[in-house]
Amino acid sequence: MKYVTEFRDAGLAAAALQEIRRTVTRPWVVMEICGGQTHSIVRHGLDQLLPEQVELVHGPGCPVCVTPLEQIDKALTIASRPEVIFTSYGDMLRVPGSGRDLFAVRAAGGDVRVVYSPLDAVKIARDNPDRQVVFFAIGFETTAPANVMSVIQAHELGLQNYSVLVSHVRVPPAMHAILGSPQNRVQAFLAAGHVCAVMGYWEYPPIAAQYGVPIVVTGFEPLDILHGLLGALRQLEAGRAEAENAYSRAVTLEGNRPAQAMIERVFEPCDRKWRGIGEIPGSGWRLRSEFAEYDAEARFPVGEIRPAESPLCIAGRILQGLARPHDCTAFGMQCTPEHPLGATMVSAEGACAAYYRYGRREAVRGESA
Amino acid sequence: MTGRRNSGSGTANALTGLPKSQPAPAPLEMQGPVCPVPLAHTQQVVLGHGSGGRMTRNLIEQYFYPPLANPDLLRGDDAAVLTSPGSGRFALTTDSHIVSPLFFPGGDIGRLAVCGTVNDLAMVGAQPRWLTAGFILEEGLPLETLERVVASMKQAADEAGVAIVAGDTKVAEKGKADGLFIATSGVGWIPTGREVGGALAQPGDAVLLSGPLGEHGIAVLAARGELEFEADICSDLAPLNALVEALFASGAQVHVLRDPTRGGLATTLNEIAGQSGLCLQLDECAIPVRPAVQAACEMLGFDPLHVANEGKLVALVRGADAPAALRAMRSAPYGAETCLIGEVLPEPAGRVLLRTGIGGLRVMDALSGELLPRIC
Repeated sequence: MKYVTEFRDAGLAAAALQEIRRTVTRPWVVMEICGGQTHSIVRHGLDQLLPEQVELVHGPGCPVCVTPLEQIDKALTIASRPEVIFTSYGDMLRVPGSGRDLFAVRAAGGDVRVVYSPLDAVKIARDNPDRQVVFFAIGFETTAPANVMSVIQAHELGLQNYSVLVSHVRVPPAMHAILGSPQNRVQAFLAAGHVCAVMGYWEYPPIAAQYGVPIVVTGFEPLDILHGLLGALRQLEAGRAEAENAYSRAVTLEGNRPAQAMIERVFEPCDRKWRGIGEIPGSGWRLRSEFAEYDAEARFPVGEIRPAESPLCIAGRILQGLARPHDCTAFGMQCTPEHPLGATMVSAEGACAAYYRYGRREAVRGESA
Repeated sequence: MTGRRNSGSGTANALTGLPKSQPAPAPLEMQGPVCPVPLAHTQQVVLGHGSGGRMTRNLIEQYFYPPLANPDLLRGDDAAVLTSPGSGRFALTTDSHIVSPLFFPGGDIGRLAVCGTVNDLAMVGAQPRWLTAGFILEEGLPLETLERVVASMKQAADEAGVAIVAGDTKVAEKGKADGLFIATSGVGWIPTGREVGGALAQPGDAVLLSGPLGEHGIAVLAARGELEFEADICSDLAPLNALVEALFASGAQVHVLRDPTRGGLATTLNEIAGQSGLCLQLDECAIPVRPAVQAACEMLGFDPLHVANEGKLVALVRGADAPAALRAMRSAPYGAETCLIGEVLPEPAGRVLLRTGIGGLRVMDALSGELLPRIC
């Protein structure tokens, strides 16, 4: 398949791995920020091909994972209303709230529909004028343009029956939070290529300079990841700490300016709670007051929700790179993709789910021994 | 006889008590019989079709008997009475079929019902002989749709060489069934000497796959139209009994046969690994996936190894017999693209491992729940 196969070439991957082995002289801890990268690393078995000294830790960039429990509980409450058609990206359906998920709401008679794009949700609203259509607008900067576009489109169509439940998060504040933590182990970042395709990477040089960590914009295919990793390791070995672009076929320094302007028009920064991590100042987006009428939280009063997380789940430590899925006593025991205790076991991009599906290193190692 | 229904319009005003200032009703003209004659309901299914009475009889005689005609069915008794074809053992299976939309590129629910049951029988080494079909029809289903579905069942049954010898029809109220559900059972005959089953896999077995993956799942998903993507992909839906017969005729020692339907190849192979307590190791590069399916999967965040097939089989044969098995399958119906995708190892027990395209080794887990499109 064009533009995919080339970036999964075994010969080129072997050459890149050889170059990484030549470059590395001591242990390094590198965090890939995006869940899509985590998924790709374990799906292709990249982590097993790397030299022992390179430790990849999995960052908080899984939008499904970091959506706070209370937002999910709000979604469940709204989705249960008889007049509502609740629309969502597919992998949110299995994320557990306090005791239920959207599948359970659907089974109980709620009208919950999977859409691939929020613009499909707008279409549903147009086709069902007597129903209230709510879209669960979650995600990082990657999904923000499409999500705000749906609000703009609903606005232009004069739709009275469309609203969004917003739970948007941004990458740079999370990087600050991780690097600023006294427990931090991360020495370099692979920045999320799709986020940067929208936002550019002009926000990163000051972060790299402030904390002395290399930040390399990285794609998602195996060769992209090896290329980004090699860039980060070269910087680490040379004692440099710069923002670098290893995903130039999709990302420029300034990013997608029209998309940024559109986000700016509809959203404004706010403090946002991250599931498992806590509140990070300035890390979220919410609707500006001009678009307040599209705010599902205002349209459907949901009351105060005080959810409780499973005491066993260590998703927060995993999302900060302080622990790995295997370190959790519930991993693969009480917590599985069929019965997730925390969100990192749910999405294909969640570190725990990725490990569960593809990793299980002890099994793989047993075979190769 | 005109069969016109009496509208009763001549007395309506008096009954509803409308003001007397209304114009006087036109005088009632009697035109032949005025008893309401029931409509024949030749366009769509109504509850009466499931009553068990004359309407049900008419439905069976008009829509099921002519296309499916065979002596065992037409005898019309409460059960079909079948003659044993010889020495060997029976295989019996049952399956229910729900698919939306009812018609999709490459097939429909009728062909799916027949092929699904035929393939289940073939996967235990049986030669499928007889099928039964139970229909749950939703009130309002166009009878033309039923006609098309039954015709398609007949065509698939002929292709597979099976007869549909008994059936049942029920009608569910509007909104309580998605158009049409079909439940099938099938009986097949296992010739003496054939022993296949997931637990019979042996270390050293070759893993053969009869063609590219994921076409049924993606074709149905695209036809559903909910995810707003278009794909030029046809379902692989097909009866596989001739392919299985060709494999046995090759003389290869066949240990396991399985069709990777819902849950995909990954789920099927995990079942075999679990049953046999062995390890199946596959080579990702050897597993065929057509570019259109690959592209749809990349876009939606699906793994083709988890997507449903309806016309593919996996065969585990003795390693030494792999070349003969491959040759035989490649010249049989629906087997032209058969390939060797992996081997059976003694350890790690119960695992399916995948050697990835770039040389990594990972666990290939079964599908856990519903396939969900990824967020980004």
